[in-house]
Amino acid sequence: MPSFYGKDIASRLMLGTSQYPSPAILADAFERSRAGIATVSVRREAGGDSAGQDFWSLIEGLGVAVLPNTAGCHSVKEAVTTAHMARELFDTAWIKLEVIGHGDTLQPDPFALLEAARILTQDGFNVFPYCTEDLVLCERLLDAGCEVLMPWGAPIGTGLGLNNIYGLRSLRAHFPDVPMVIDAGLGLPSQAAHAMELGFDSVLLNTAVAKAGRPAVMAEAFAKAVEAGALAQEADPMEPRDMAAPSTPVLGMP
Amino acid sequence: MKIIVNGSSFETSATTLDALLIELGKAHAKVATAGNEAFVPASLRADCMLADGDRVEIVAPRQGG
Repeated sequence: MPSFYGKDIASRLMLGTSQYPSPAILADAFERSRAGIATVSVRREAGGDSAGQDFWSLIEGLGVAVLPNTAGCHSVKEAVTTAHMARELFDTAWIKLEVIGHGDTLQPDPFALLEAARILTQDGFNVFPYCTEDLVLCERLLDAGCEVLMPWGAPIGTGLGLNNIYGLRSLRAHFPDVPMVIDAGLGLPSQAAHAMELGFDSVLLNTAVAKAGRPAVMAEAFAKAVEAGALAQEADPMEPRDMAAPSTPVLGMP
Repeated sequence: MKIIVNGSSFETSATTLDALLIELGKAHAKVATAGNEAFVPASLRADCMLADGDRVEIVAPRQGG
């Protein structure tokens, strides 16, 4: 099971808390996903609104670790300020660092991400950087003090799965001991199983579960897929080959 | 004094961030704050003086992915 910044987590699934049809469905989805970590954000609260407090009570009741994000931030300054507000609000040094670089793809701005990661690490944060599978960027993030990497599978909310298998495989091979989470772009449990088979430690989902017709059922499907994929990776799979090889013994045919 | 709270113009007599939260009924709410785009920890809100035109952010826990 994965360990992030010295904290052991008894699940390979991280689940977002956004876009569910209702708080009750969110709670059901978490229960059936057996997720160990919930991602959350900070947002402006309007007037006498108590939505923030109500939401927080719901999350506290889930009994999972909380990973706040800096979603929606487009600059280093915004991300750093948001991270500090999140640390105080959620009482955790963990921060999922997102610095968005492009409006269409929501892909990270690698330059701003690296700078923000450096600043936050120096400020005592445990940074979980939302990054691409770029090997050089990931190496720089590790040099900056990140002890976890969160490469995307595909752009956020697309459900396209693992877009660059070669890049992800290469990243995994170069840093075999760094905890890595596939963050974003997964739509189906088979894609999550594949991520596990490639040797990734966890996956982070939100839209795939929240926007399924039956979110709690999909949450359970992902839980099973992640478990199956991790078992397969542990089992040391056979190497694929181009030519057929009979599985039934040839010797002794009548 | 006119300041900007969460992006909207707001007329206040509060001279500190702490007093502003009391005025807004959020003295005991689960919120975090920033002044002019810089984080202001809860422990320093009483020392954070407000000036005309200041931009204040008050944020709360919310759903996230």
